[in-house]
Amino acid sequence: MSRKLVDRGASILLWTSAALLVLGLLSILAYLMANGAESMSWEFITRPPRDNMTKGGISTAIIGTLQLVVVSMAFAIPVGVATGIFFAEYATEGPFTTALRLCVRCLAGVPSVVYGLFGLSLFVVFLNFGSSLLSAGLTLACLALPLIVTASETALLAVPQDFRLASYALGANKWQTVRKVVLPAALPTILTGAILSVGRVAGETAPIIFTGAAFFTPKVATSLFDEVMALPYHIMVLATAGTHIEQTRPIQYGTVLVLILLVMGVSSLGIILRARLRRNRR
Amino acid sequence: MDERIPGWLITLTASLSLFIMVFLIYFLVQEGIPTLREVSLKELLLNFDWYPTEEPPALGMAPLIVGSMTVTLLSAVMAVPFSFLIAIFLSEVAPSWFREILKPALELLGFLPSIVLGFLGMVVLAPWLQERFDLLSGLNLFNASLLMGAMIVPIVASLAEESLQAVPRELRDACYALGSTRWETIRKVVLPAALPGLLSASLLGIMRALGETMVVLMAAGGAALVPISIFDPVRPLTSAIAAEMGETPVGSAHYHALFFAGLLLLAMTLGINLVSMWIEKKGKERWMA
Repeated sequence: MSRKLVDRGASILLWTSAALLVLGLLSILAYLMANGAESMSWEFITRPPRDNMTKGGISTAIIGTLQLVVVSMAFAIPVGVATGIFFAEYATEGPFTTALRLCVRCLAGVPSVVYGLFGLSLFVVFLNFGSSLLSAGLTLACLALPLIVTASETALLAVPQDFRLASYALGANKWQTVRKVVLPAALPTILTGAILSVGRVAGETAPIIFTGAAFFTPKVATSLFDEVMALPYHIMVLATAGTHIEQTRPIQYGTVLVLILLVMGVSSLGIILRARLRRNRR
Repeated sequence: MDERIPGWLITLTASLSLFIMVFLIYFLVQEGIPTLREVSLKELLLNFDWYPTEEPPALGMAPLIVGSMTVTLLSAVMAVPFSFLIAIFLSEVAPSWFREILKPALELLGFLPSIVLGFLGMVVLAPWLQERFDLLSGLNLFNASLLMGAMIVPIVASLAEESLQAVPRELRDACYALGSTRWETIRKVVLPAALPGLLSASLLGIMRALGETMVVLMAAGGAALVPISIFDPVRPLTSAIAAEMGETPVGSAHYHALFFAGLLLLAMTLGINLVSMWIEKKGKERWMA
């Protein structure tokens, strides 16, 4: 009898924790929506900040975040996909492959602030790119690289072996097979992985603080060597370093909401696309 | 065109990850080690005075290291058991309709930017803690650890679920056939069988907590002190780097010391990562035999 009771108790505990998690997430999102909604307006997302960032919008930070995403992905996607192709199609067992696998796994665990230090010493100081869109974008690219490598490798390995054999049987060589058969078959899944890593990169703050995020700039960056404002850094600046912390609270909530909508929107899109791809495969 | 050229190019591009890892270690060592010319290693690690902007600067990292450790441990203590409950629920108990809600919810929680959690810690949790427990400030060890816990739950829970799923069906069936209840099967068969995976999942969560920056920067209070109670403020290594690097002249003693802090973080996270990899490998061999 008491064994059954313990079993029942455990089930209740498990259900409660699961419900707690879902409710917790929903209440965080609902709270941020409710508080951010009042600052939301067309002006807020299309105008730059003014009057010491106490008024105006956040357009420069929105555009800056988008620019950072574009620059980082322009580097991380080609390199990450190529590395995925290497692991899935070309790698042979040996010290080089083992070392490379170890590196990718370790890069995935490096703290984001350490990437910031790395970006500062390599891109900003050593390569002399200065504090700029380029330095910050490349730093974020290093951070996103392991995510894209893993996603591409998994996607390529999921392509049935028959596809490759059929291509070889038609007389195609290895590269032709990879480029014309395997890569197109895996492309949707690879893109989904890239979308998910965009969600990750857009919300990162620590790597860009000293590599290219501007405290305040009224202009949108027009060259790779300009500093940019970014949504996450803007939140940090207003909430901790600004001179009008209480006064700018509505702007802070508004910026948080815009960031959440951007990150959650992109990530949800990735999650939905991935679920759809898996269903089609079955 | 030589048909081997694309293969070479792919291999060359792939080796970039290797270069990034090597450069990362190289630059942190190159910028971090010079700090040992100013202070001895013993002083750096064991001295409790962190006043980097004084003249001469006091560069004792002990309070920062203790800060990192306490936040990490407290958040792991709160988040790991909860993550296991979620993982067990997902793998063993949840009906498929609830799985389809919980899985994406867990993943979305993982995508919540850390700056947003830090912000919530500042504007919501801190005032509440301050009032509820009558504190000087709500920005403290407990606040940061709670939010950090929320950050690592998605990581630990999803990895733990994978390792529970990898336990062969037959083990559960055999246990049920002996007349066990579901909870007995979970506790006496499934959990022990998945132990290496669970351990490695917790380690990877701890690794993430150790390196997380924005939550502790915004919610931990930032005082470089050794905490006596869980409501004392702390300043972990990550938040010291993020807060101080901006105002530090390139090449100063303080600049090198912050790189040394980064090197410590890198060494600790790499160490944890390698141990977890080793445990995973051992765990996999288990089902091979």
